[in-house]
Amino acid sequence: MTEQFARLSDLAKDEVITHSFVRDVPLSAGRTLALITLDNGKDHTRPNTLGPATLLEFAKVLDEQKERAAAGEIHGVAVTGKPFIFAAGADLSKVSEIPDRETGKQMAQLGHWALGKLSELGVPSFVFVNGLALGGGVEIPLNADYRTIDSSVPAFALPEVFLGLIPGWGGAWLLPNLIGIENALKVVIENPLKNNRMLKGPEAFELGIADAMFGPANFLEDSIRWADGVIAGTTKVKRKNEPGKIERTVKWDVAIGIADKMLANRIGRVAKSPYAALALLKAAKNTDKKTGFEAEDNALADMISGDQFQASIYAFNLVQKRAKRPAGAPDKELARPVTKVGVIGAGLMARQFALLFVRRLQVPVVITDLDQTATDAGVAAIHAEIDKLHEKGRLSSDDTNRLKALVTGTTNKADFADCDWVIEAIYEELGAKQAVFAEVEQFISDETILATNTSSLSVEQIGAKLKHPERVVGFHFFNPVAVMPLIEVVKTPHTNDETLATAMVTAKNLRKNAVITTDTPGFVVNRILAKVLGEAMHAVDTGTPFEVVEESTRPFGLPMTPFELLELVGLKVGAHVLDTHHAAFPERFFESKNLHKLAELGFIFDRDSKGKSKGVSKKAVEIVKGGTSPMTAEELQIRIEDGLADEIHRMLEDGVVAAAEDIDLCLILGAGYPFQMGGVTPYLDRAGASERAFGSTFHNPPIRGVQ
Amino acid sequence: MAKETEIVFVDGVRTPFGRAGEKGMFWNTRADDLVVKAMIGVLERNPQIPKDRFDEVAIAATTQTGDQGLTIGRSAAMLAGLPKSVPGYAIDRMCAGAMTAVTNVAGGIAFGAYDLAIAGGVEHMGHHPMGSGVDPNPRFLSEKLVDPEALNMGNTAEKLHDRFPQLTKERSDAFALRSQQRANAAYEANNIQPDLISVATKSEAGWGLATRDEGLRPETTLEGLAALKTPFRSHGRITAGNASGLNDGATASIIASGDAAREFGLKPKMRMVSFAYAGVEPEIMGIGPIPSTEKALRKAGLTINDIGLFELNEAFAVQVLSLLDHFGIDDEDPRVNQWGGAIAMGHPLASSGVRLMIQLAAQFEQHPEVQFGLTAMCVGLGQGGSVIWENPNYKGAK
Repeated sequence: MTEQFARLSDLAKDEVITHSFVRDVPLSAGRTLALITLDNGKDHTRPNTLGPATLLEFAKVLDEQKERAAAGEIHGVAVTGKPFIFAAGADLSKVSEIPDRETGKQMAQLGHWALGKLSELGVPSFVFVNGLALGGGVEIPLNADYRTIDSSVPAFALPEVFLGLIPGWGGAWLLPNLIGIENALKVVIENPLKNNRMLKGPEAFELGIADAMFGPANFLEDSIRWADGVIAGTTKVKRKNEPGKIERTVKWDVAIGIADKMLANRIGRVAKSPYAALALLKAAKNTDKKTGFEAEDNALADMISGDQFQASIYAFNLVQKRAKRPAGAPDKELARPVTKVGVIGAGLMARQFALLFVRRLQVPVVITDLDQTATDAGVAAIHAEIDKLHEKGRLSSDDTNRLKALVTGTTNKADFADCDWVIEAIYEELGAKQAVFAEVEQFISDETILATNTSSLSVEQIGAKLKHPERVVGFHFFNPVAVMPLIEVVKTPHTNDETLATAMVTAKNLRKNAVITTDTPGFVVNRILAKVLGEAMHAVDTGTPFEVVEESTRPFGLPMTPFELLELVGLKVGAHVLDTHHAAFPERFFESKNLHKLAELGFIFDRDSKGKSKGVSKKAVEIVKGGTSPMTAEELQIRIEDGLADEIHRMLEDGVVAAAEDIDLCLILGAGYPFQMGGVTPYLDRAGASERAFGSTFHNPPIRGVQ
Repeated sequence: MAKETEIVFVDGVRTPFGRAGEKGMFWNTRADDLVVKAMIGVLERNPQIPKDRFDEVAIAATTQTGDQGLTIGRSAAMLAGLPKSVPGYAIDRMCAGAMTAVTNVAGGIAFGAYDLAIAGGVEHMGHHPMGSGVDPNPRFLSEKLVDPEALNMGNTAEKLHDRFPQLTKERSDAFALRSQQRANAAYEANNIQPDLISVATKSEAGWGLATRDEGLRPETTLEGLAALKTPFRSHGRITAGNASGLNDGATASIIASGDAAREFGLKPKMRMVSFAYAGVEPEIMGIGPIPSTEKALRKAGLTINDIGLFELNEAFAVQVLSLLDHFGIDDEDPRVNQWGGAIAMGHPLASSGVRLMIQLAAQFEQHPEVQFGLTAMCVGLGQGGSVIWENPNYKGAK
């Protein structure tokens, strides 16, 4: 290991090295191109990654090419990947093991040192992006003189900001200087924050990241021919988005300013990496490359060693790995096939279910309501949604016909006889839900799954009057059903493994992530939200101003304040959620009469014609006045943190879910809790709330940054 | 000889031919990708033809399974980016597959069914070794329909030596040496490269680029050839040196009616005069091109003396020599395989017919004094195929 990167040698110990293979390719006029293939020797399911040993080998190979170029042996150097994969960037498992800030800094410096050699070869350098390219896999081409891209590349992105990092191997400085500040903002900040959106090959080409694009059938041959033309001087490269003087003097700072405001508006100022990236992009306007790269070294070292990156990696692994192998799920083999679905109800929720089931399972879906008119209206609404998907180009006309034919309505529950799965979506009333299940049970087989979407009733109670309660399972969606990725699968004491397995497999087939919970009030997401909202309303009820309450949760970096969330779910629903939790756990959850009154008012914030908040409404302030013991934001923040730590600790003690990881997964997927908090438990550990609440931490060792 | 419809060979290209097997350059390249690259190559060279105007894609492969299966003419058409409205099919006449693809679409054009077609072939003998997956009917043996040795091409070549004792191993080796020397000279003169499509090749040591045939052996000597083993018989005559190799490669050509060529401003490289196939005893399949050539000449109203250039597939040197002897042509005649042949370049079975045409077309351009040329080849199980072409560049005899 080269002296200056000595601290990285431990990280390289069991690295899956992506090798740099060189082969000479003949060009026209007797010239030669040294073609480097990045290949870790595994198939496309284990993409090329870039660890310390990989980068050192890459640097050594580039040094050799530089010598050959000086000797006149080669006239260009090109880099490409293995089939389907260029490179997926730094090996994240390695990055998260970095023991201290200095090692993190060396990792940044090593990347700059190795990739930077692409611009110091003495002959033109090319990167042929033949497949997936992420993070460092994008920075390799950015460091080269020229780039081509395969039009079938499925993913090309700088996802660092999504993970609490910044593009620190040249990306933050090179990209805006190649494609302009606005495009760079989109790639470096905007896309990662849009649920880690990635570019496809043609989009990367359109942005000007690649100089040429070729189809997959002859990508490498065409790229080599194109490089031949560039080296020969017959192909001239024009970069339409390269920033000019006007952009640098006028547009650049304006764009940064706008992005800064939009960021603050959307995610607040708690998350560090978007702002660190923004600062780097801003500075790239008039710094030289060396200065830009040094700034990246420092920013990357800060991020890698920080709390938020560790929490983000934890959260990323939950979403990528744990979500795909849900804790406590029975053997998939036990699952029964679902070949026909019944939906009880034809209202808004029922329609969303029917649409999702028919789209994802592509089996007959029959809906039912009390009378023909309501049923017909439901079917018509679902058909209209299917037509909309067709108009948007997301369904072919054949598939549109197919799906519409699969959705039918009935008022005769005998039509549910051959359903394998029946889900109810009627109003939240125990007797009503018990009655519809009992009615349906007369017609269906003994093994048909009965699923309920209840959020506030006991699933066990709903099935209490059935001959076969072992087939009942909770299947709790989040609104909007088509978008939200989480389903809480609720297991009662009677639910058998076949039913649970079927529910888990069905959730997966619906392309949702399922977490198994016990049949306890609020399951996971609503219980946590009820805790936060209850504390928030309690503070208001006892005299704390709305604005101070909003301040108290700002350090969490949540997507919205408690009152924005209440308005989003509906104040009536919110009040009901608080009531049910208070009823279940009166000593720990607050109800709020004021919230019922606010619900009657219908809003908390005054809004302009575009729906933008103008601040808390005087009418709302009037309703809640009279409290006499206001808290400071700091006091309330501690109270909420400690309350959450205590409640989650209790939930784990009671076995509501298998582990703290499942709580975090639910909050990330079901409530939009940010990666930088790691869901919630890593945050509570690092904020000291866990110690205060139960004298220990959820994670051992706690998930936090290094020095 | 004048046909109702004029049929022209517009253009053709091929991949370099690789050596079959794990060490060959195309071991990690799919057969269908090879022929797709050839098709894209010939399409890109003729961009003035709207792709939806192709009426047929005929692609030959001897073994039509795996990466040579799935009706390769149709699947390759889609993979090459032709519109879905363009149909395609697969062809098999063993070694004469691509030649049959050309004559089949020519027949369709002559009948007025097509205006434009793509014809070519592919054989990845590394992925599909000769005879793999075959299940010969036991009646062949029980009824003595063919000599058991007829199913092994090397044995049929040995039998040719038996039948024609004047065709000695020395003559075969000398012919093979010339093939290597002429191929090398043709590469030196850049006669071959213009019609080769470079193919990216993947190996464990990274990507490379195939730009020339892998089996060329310019260093070949007579002494070296004489020392080679005779794998089919002890003290036999057929060696790896005087036979074509086992190869991977693909070819593609554009065949058109004269009218279509004029419509798109194409400059045809050859005009088809006649073609013929003929059967012979399978045990000596190598003489197949003799009766097929006689038949093609008869249909064209020509004699062998009218043929100014020959492109004969060198499955085995002895098999070419048998044809030359039959027609009284000298072993070293410069009109025959001027740029060498399959012994040097390789013979990926069903693709080779179009390679002969590509080379004849290029030679026509260099030889405006030649009016007619012949492409011919032998075929396993006792057949021969011959196509006679006219040179559009013909300016009258010197």
